[in-house]
Amino acid sequence: MNQEGILRHSATRLLGLIPTLLVLITIAFFLIRMAPGGPFDSEKVLPPEIRANLDAKYHLDEPLMQQYFRYLGQIITLDFGPSFQYKDWTVNELIARGFPVSLTVGGLAMLLAFLVGTSIGITAALRQNTAMDYSIMGVAMLGISIPNFVVAPLLILVLAVYQGWLPAGGWDWSIQRMILPVVTLALPVIAYIARLTRGSMIEVLHSNYIRTARAKGLPGHLVIRRHALKPALLPVISFMGPATAGLITGSVVIERIYSIPGLGSYFVQGALNRDYTLVMGVVIFYGVIIILLNFIVDLLYAWMNPKIRYDEVQ
Amino acid sequence: MNSPADMQIADPQVAKTELEDPFAAAMAGQDVRGRSLWVDAWHRLLKNKAAVISGIIMFIMLLLVIVGPLLSPWEGDFTDWDNTASPPNFETGHWFGTDAVGRDILVRTLEGGRISLLVGLVATLVSLAIGVTYGAVAGYYGGFTDRIMMRMVDIIYALPFMFFVILLMVVFGRHIVLIFVAIGAVNWLDMARIVRGQTLGLKNTEFVEAAVACGVDHKAIIRRHIIPNLLGVVMVYVTLTIPQVILVESFLSFLGLGVQEPMSSWGALVNDGAQDMESAPWTLVFPATFLTVTLYCFNYIGDGMRDALDPKDRA
Amino acid sequence: MALLEVRDLRVQFETPEGVVQAVNGIDFQVESGETLAIVGESGAGKSQLVMAIMGLLAENGSASGEADFKGRDLMKMPPKELNKIRGCEIAMIFQDPMTSLNPFLTIEKQMTEVVMHHQGLRKQEARAHAVEMLRAVRIPDPEERVKQYPHEYSGGMRQRVMIAMGLLCEPDLLIADEPSTALDVTVQAQITQLVGELRDKSNMSVILITHDMAVVAEVCDRIIVMYAGEMVETGTVDDIFYRPRHPYTQGLLASVPRLDRLSDDELHAIPGNPPNLLDLPSGCRFRDRCSMAREVCFGVPPLQVQENGCMSRCFIDMNNGEFLPAESKGVEENAGEDSK
Repeated sequence: MNQEGILRHSATRLLGLIPTLLVLITIAFFLIRMAPGGPFDSEKVLPPEIRANLDAKYHLDEPLMQQYFRYLGQIITLDFGPSFQYKDWTVNELIARGFPVSLTVGGLAMLLAFLVGTSIGITAALRQNTAMDYSIMGVAMLGISIPNFVVAPLLILVLAVYQGWLPAGGWDWSIQRMILPVVTLALPVIAYIARLTRGSMIEVLHSNYIRTARAKGLPGHLVIRRHALKPALLPVISFMGPATAGLITGSVVIERIYSIPGLGSYFVQGALNRDYTLVMGVVIFYGVIIILLNFIVDLLYAWMNPKIRYDEVQ
Repeated sequence: MNSPADMQIADPQVAKTELEDPFAAAMAGQDVRGRSLWVDAWHRLLKNKAAVISGIIMFIMLLLVIVGPLLSPWEGDFTDWDNTASPPNFETGHWFGTDAVGRDILVRTLEGGRISLLVGLVATLVSLAIGVTYGAVAGYYGGFTDRIMMRMVDIIYALPFMFFVILLMVVFGRHIVLIFVAIGAVNWLDMARIVRGQTLGLKNTEFVEAAVACGVDHKAIIRRHIIPNLLGVVMVYVTLTIPQVILVESFLSFLGLGVQEPMSSWGALVNDGAQDMESAPWTLVFPATFLTVTLYCFNYIGDGMRDALDPKDRA
Repeated sequence: MALLEVRDLRVQFETPEGVVQAVNGIDFQVESGETLAIVGESGAGKSQLVMAIMGLLAENGSASGEADFKGRDLMKMPPKELNKIRGCEIAMIFQDPMTSLNPFLTIEKQMTEVVMHHQGLRKQEARAHAVEMLRAVRIPDPEERVKQYPHEYSGGMRQRVMIAMGLLCEPDLLIADEPSTALDVTVQAQITQLVGELRDKSNMSVILITHDMAVVAEVCDRIIVMYAGEMVETGTVDDIFYRPRHPYTQGLLASVPRLDRLSDDELHAIPGNPPNLLDLPSGCRFRDRCSMAREVCFGVPPLQVQENGCMSRCFIDMNNGEFLPAESKGVEENAGEDSK
């Protein structure tokens, strides 16, 4: 009904992303340049002329501000430059190699987390204060509290090493090798979404409009499906943004433990080896993804909530 | 200011019940007015079994971590070459076993706990200090100041926080003080938002308006009305931030970007343990259990405190 | 046979502070086409009484007693059966129109689902019916407005929608729980008049819960006065307004500003607050606030019943205003009344 409102809403939000991106790039750039010692310090002492050549090649000999604007210009054309560590690769190529793997694992984990998390959250809410509710919520709290990097080795130990049901790690795009990483990555998000859904569902069930729906004589399942589900899922929708950030962070650990050649693995390697261009490239790349996803979630939320839609038009 | 009527406004719980449900308010009658919010919250917290048990466990954990290493016959970095990678064994005195170079896992776990808990506490305090100041200023002054300050928070909020901590660690080396600062410096945003929201809300409540109308000066209003009312939400938030921070530190240490040898933390120990888990699973299981139990307990305490201080969800 | 006959209805709530007896043994009936008012202060148990009849109590509440609607006990009915009656033969309008409509669904969706569910109407028919009903409650431009969401309506308009929604299936009984309390004073009168008008057109019965005595005088036939979970007095509008027997009813009436009284007459508020239901006084529950209370009031007051159906739960004799002796069982003690 108000297409225009949604468009305007999107446009304002998109414009609002620009300063965020700028801050992101600026902080990343200057942090790296503030580092004591350049990228080549870890290697054996180079002859001065070679050093100068390298500096010139990477424009490290220019004044800082010039480097900054050069970098900004590069970023706008989506060019993250060459990797310091992987000499024959550009950061773009590394991202292109690693990201599809990370995206697959992360996307599947998100899907799993949403489906499982909301279902058990609703189940618990509808059986509030029963043994079922308490056990679901106890397990969910455990899911939130056990770090990924504890769950992963334990799962490997039990399911791969002792039982031999699943491969312990590696990556070949097969389902078997995806199961453990996806489940590990999804667990804390499942737990969080379950708690969130339960809480909001209980709140919605206590609302006056649910009482109205019941007074209309609608059967219980219809009251839940038609009247309670959407408002109860709204907080989950707005959690999808932070959840993505969490999944990306988690993927760093997961990829390392399961030896998955994703972007997170490159990132950790880059961080340990002080591969500045790579680290910066990944931070910016992930920053952009998180910001964009938050934006999409924002739109989705507005689209689902008639009140916001209305206010925007006003 | 201490007549029952005043207390009623100052006490959000009573005010809320009255607004939402006149029936409940009538039910509650006079005796709720007599009890203060804090006493009330404390009683509710004590009724929450999970929170109480968690509190007791955390107290024991704290005691163990502080006193334990002093009582142990082993030093954390002592290598017992007669017992390398030995499973838990009461006769040799290595109750939790030893790692590949013969270090006692029990002592290392307790010492790692010191670091993990210390980071949790200090980094939370750092974020508390920054967040409360920032949020209170923005909320109290409101208007343009508030808009600018909160816009900045929004911007920083959208940044991939974990990656910045890693970036900080990469750039400035892996010193423990830096871990406090790095985590604290990026973790204050939630606190700032919550405190700002609360301050803004409180500023517009009748009792603060009344104080302003009576000519009470700003500092006194902040001290006497705003801070006490913020205390509850801040306490809840602190309890919930500590496990988050411990988790972040463990995460960094697990990646090899956190505390460095010979210092250790639970995250670093889990990392070590994960390398040897096939041959010596106890090196993984014990520190992992300590870490998980701690996070579990803190989350329950935080949950319990939130429920106790904000009885809205108590259905 | 009465349309609705309620016997010994009790409602209690389990709260962290203890069990609260919100409604303590209420008996009444509603005849076909009659409008019954239930009045009393907040917390008297009026809302909980009708919520119990509708099966809409909160989870921590439980009810006992009987509520025979057309001869079938609503309280013991399986949920499936009850759902056939709710929204169809008995409709309900709630106190707070701002939150009683689902903010995520259009008015159309919320209205049509009632008739589609109960009467099996198809979408087009249901929609036409909804529009027609909105017109009947005088919502301007109903064809367009039916497509809107609740937040695009004002409070009074939302309550009109609620009424329209309740009347879709032409119910035999409409329960209106303080339908105008949350609205502006000018709108309040409109809403009440609307309810009265629609009732006159359709011969439906209405239970109107309110604490506004002016509203009662305008549209009701009979009145039940509730205090602290008990019925303290009942009678026709004329009886209650011109011959109030119970001191509480007298107090309620004295606190209503009236144009037909002399201006120098003071407006009287009843002193004190309703009692804490967790800690009720023994004997008469109104005793502590009653200006006429005496020694006898520490005993349980009798329920006096007159031939015309008027009742009063008090030691003051309904017929002559004298105090009854303490041991008296009243003029006509109600057999079903247990005294505890």
